[in-house]
Amino acid sequence: MQTDLIQEARRQAEICNACRYCEGYCSVFPALHANRAFTDGDITQLANLCHNCRGCYYACQYTAPHEFDLNLPAALAEVRRDSWESYAWPQPLARRFHTHGAAIVTALVVGFALLFAAIKMIGSAGGEGFYAALSHNAMVAIFAPAFLLPLASLGIGLRRYWHDVGGIGIRISHLTKAFGRAAKMKDLAAGHGDGCNFEDEDRFSQGRRHVHQAIMYGFLLCFASTSTATVMHYVFDMPAPYPLLSLPKLLGVVGGIILTLGCIGMIMLKRKSDPTLGDAKAWGGDMAFVALLGFVGFSGLALYALGASTAMPALLAIHLGAVLTFFLLTPFTKMAHGFYRLAALIRDAQRVS
Amino acid sequence: MTHYDIAVIGGGNAALCAAMTAAESGAKVLILETAPKAYRGGNSRHTRNFRCMHTGPLGPLVETYSEDEYFEDLLKVTKGKTNEALARLAIRTSEECLPWMQDHGVRFQPSLSGTLSLGRTNAFFMGGGKSLVNAYYRTADKLGVDVLYEAAVTHLELSENAVQWVDYTHEGKSHRITPKAVVVASGGFQADTDWLTRAWGPAAQNFLIRGTPYNRGIVLADLLEQGVSQVGDADQCHAVAIDGRAPKYDGGIVTRLDCVPFSIVVNKDAERFYDEGEDVWPKRYAIWGRLVAAQPDQVGHVVIDSKSIDLFMPSVFPPLKADTLEELAALMDIDGAKLKDTVETFNTACGDTSDFHPTELDGVATSGLSPAKTNWARPITDPPFYGYSLRTGVTFTYLGLKVDENAQCSTDTGPIKNLWAAGETMAGSILGQGYLAGYGMTIGTVFGRIAGREAAAYAN
Ligand SMILES: Cc1cc2nc3c(=O)[nH]c(=O)nc-3n(C[C@H](O)[C@H](O)[C@H](O)COP(=O)(O)OP(=O)(O)OC[C@H]3O[C@@H](n4cnc5c(N)ncnc54)[C@H](O)[C@@H]3O)c2cc1C
Ligand code: SF4
Ligand code: SF4
Repeated sequence: MQTDLIQEARRQAEICNACRYCEGYCSVFPALHANRAFTDGDITQLANLCHNCRGCYYACQYTAPHEFDLNLPAALAEVRRDSWESYAWPQPLARRFHTHGAAIVTALVVGFALLFAAIKMIGSAGGEGFYAALSHNAMVAIFAPAFLLPLASLGIGLRRYWHDVGGIGIRISHLTKAFGRAAKMKDLAAGHGDGCNFEDEDRFSQGRRHVHQAIMYGFLLCFASTSTATVMHYVFDMPAPYPLLSLPKLLGVVGGIILTLGCIGMIMLKRKSDPTLGDAKAWGGDMAFVALLGFVGFSGLALYALGASTAMPALLAIHLGAVLTFFLLTPFTKMAHGFYRLAALIRDAQRVS
Repeated sequence: MTHYDIAVIGGGNAALCAAMTAAESGAKVLILETAPKAYRGGNSRHTRNFRCMHTGPLGPLVETYSEDEYFEDLLKVTKGKTNEALARLAIRTSEECLPWMQDHGVRFQPSLSGTLSLGRTNAFFMGGGKSLVNAYYRTADKLGVDVLYEAAVTHLELSENAVQWVDYTHEGKSHRITPKAVVVASGGFQADTDWLTRAWGPAAQNFLIRGTPYNRGIVLADLLEQGVSQVGDADQCHAVAIDGRAPKYDGGIVTRLDCVPFSIVVNKDAERFYDEGEDVWPKRYAIWGRLVAAQPDQVGHVVIDSKSIDLFMPSVFPPLKADTLEELAALMDIDGAKLKDTVETFNTACGDTSDFHPTELDGVATSGLSPAKTNWARPITDPPFYGYSLRTGVTFTYLGLKVDENAQCSTDTGPIKNLWAAGETMAGSILGQGYLAGYGMTIGTVFGRIAGREAAAYAN
């Protein structure tokens, strides 16, 4: 943990604690006001509760040029990213991607190359559809570890987080509360329901909430598509390819469209927002990550559309390369925030119960 | 250059309410705000709530708060120095203001933690006064109101009971405009230390100003010099005791200190000078501004021990902390032996503390001590000891423009045809001393809207 970032956030939190004007905006403030002094773990928890809606920045009478120099959204964003990096495992990868968009792009190129090489070297074992390009067993051999290893890595990081923020045993009620809040992205609407201050200074808008919801639900639909396909393959012995009117395809196409549009929307919103109210250092990494996620969705759609053409093997390599990169980078990119945010909401549910 | 029907002087709550109301009646309005955009909104940007009458649950407000109860609350703090007709007008109109504020972009939140006693009477702005001001600027912009920042009004030319023109400076140049009507909403004069010093004496040099540095009373002085009717005395100001380390201006709410009832307060000679436990803090914090102002060097020192450190809202600056009273005195730059002596005398005067109750008048008092401490008197014995310094923080001044129920200004010879005033700059017309939390925004909103309505009616 970078103590200077925590110290700066603590300085600001102490000012907020004497002020309390922003209490109604989000979950950060009630949690903040429950303390008189803030441990490093408290600050980390607050940072992961914040979703950078910026309401408290534009409402603050103490922003620069005032000498108190409040910018809580930025201070918490920096602590947040630092916490993900500090908890990440393995550490040598931790600080590579959040702040380096170019590293994500490089990883993506490597992902493409690996898949092209796999297709070339392993190829098909006489399967149908996509399996004509790369056998099912080869896909499983590549993607099962690519999926499970990052999850294990995230698990290690989350355990460290849970320890630092003083988490206790989790009960069902904590989970229902936390998932309920995440599902509606209630905080992104702000306490008054008018949304964030993001793309146009102090104007409230639902824009960010809506594109974020598109990304999340688009992603979950794509994920559901893959999961149902796996179940159909193994449980019902119904291997791909699937017709359009099948569960995997319906979920995948709809999810892919929503995900792609959501990512485009998010990039447009981010470009209009003021980078100094977020984690300015992570700007490039965040943008590259959203672009990667959008590209996963888009290349998947392209593959659906052109799956029967001669472009298929190349498209397959590109799509699977993007998916591979995305999975493997999950613990080291913005993607981690989803997991930490949930953990923070569960922890917060423990505080109030 | 656009010709404006109405010039509104100031960029805080009262000015914005006037501007929006006038624009909604079709007038072309210009706001002249002396502050840069980052500091727009005067003292209004520091506020947190608005006191509102209601005959049933309303927005965030629970139960009821009747006109009579509201008015009685006001009388208690002003000791009768109140213009009943205008005060009741403000109170009565406050009820319709709340939905009007919502319609113009203000969002409310439940009473803040630590202020639950206000949940029935005061509606809190979500995000505080700056978010209210932001919302109003957005709405005003939609209504076609133009805003000029860093536009300092210097003079209103008055003749034949009418404002003939308005002079202001902007980007280093002087400008003159001739609007049909003018609304003055440029606050009090508390940020002009020289003026305060003339009224208060040299002690005022050491006062801190809790709000904006831009309310220097320039327009107020200009109008009073030209014979516009005045109310209130220049030496009346609302002053509270705040953390002595606060910045000279704009320290706002976070510099407040709520620890006095659990402390003893000494002056720079390490002597107590007033009953720290006279009443609950919200009812007493205003008199402490004056008490501290009357002490040498206008400073007080709060001493508490570890028993009490968690009993009050944290302040923005950490307390001084020491294991002995002598060490604490050294940090405070006062005489250690003397402080120890004062504390010991106090401690021996404390009696049974078993009834101690931090949030109620508990009657736990000293005996045989002068000045006595009549509630929450527990001996100061448990190290570490903590200290804060207190200084006088001025919230606003009362000297102002005298207005009638239409917010219209006048001279000895009758009403000024095209001049209205709203907010702090005319609040003296309603209350001559004392203050009720949340009433400043009520006055600004009610009379801002009246001024806007009247000015537009005249201009159209
Ligand atoms: C820390 C603090 C907290 C407070 N909290 C509350 C609260 O919770 N509730 C409440 O009701 N009241 C509160 N008050 C009192 C409240 O701030 C005032 O009653 C209210 O804001 C007055 O509004 P106004 O529009 O008259 O003045 P202001 O908001 O002060 O606006 C005056 C405007 O005039 C401008 N101006 C000054 N001179 C010139 C000039 N020459 N030319 C052009 N423009 C000029 C200023 O820049 C400013 O924009 C608080 C005050 C302070 C200091
Ligand atoms: S961000 Fe500013 S206005 Fe909001 S609680 Fe903190 S100090 Fe107060
Ligand atoms: S940026 Fe939004 S979520 Fe974060 S602390 Fe401020 S109001 Fe809360």
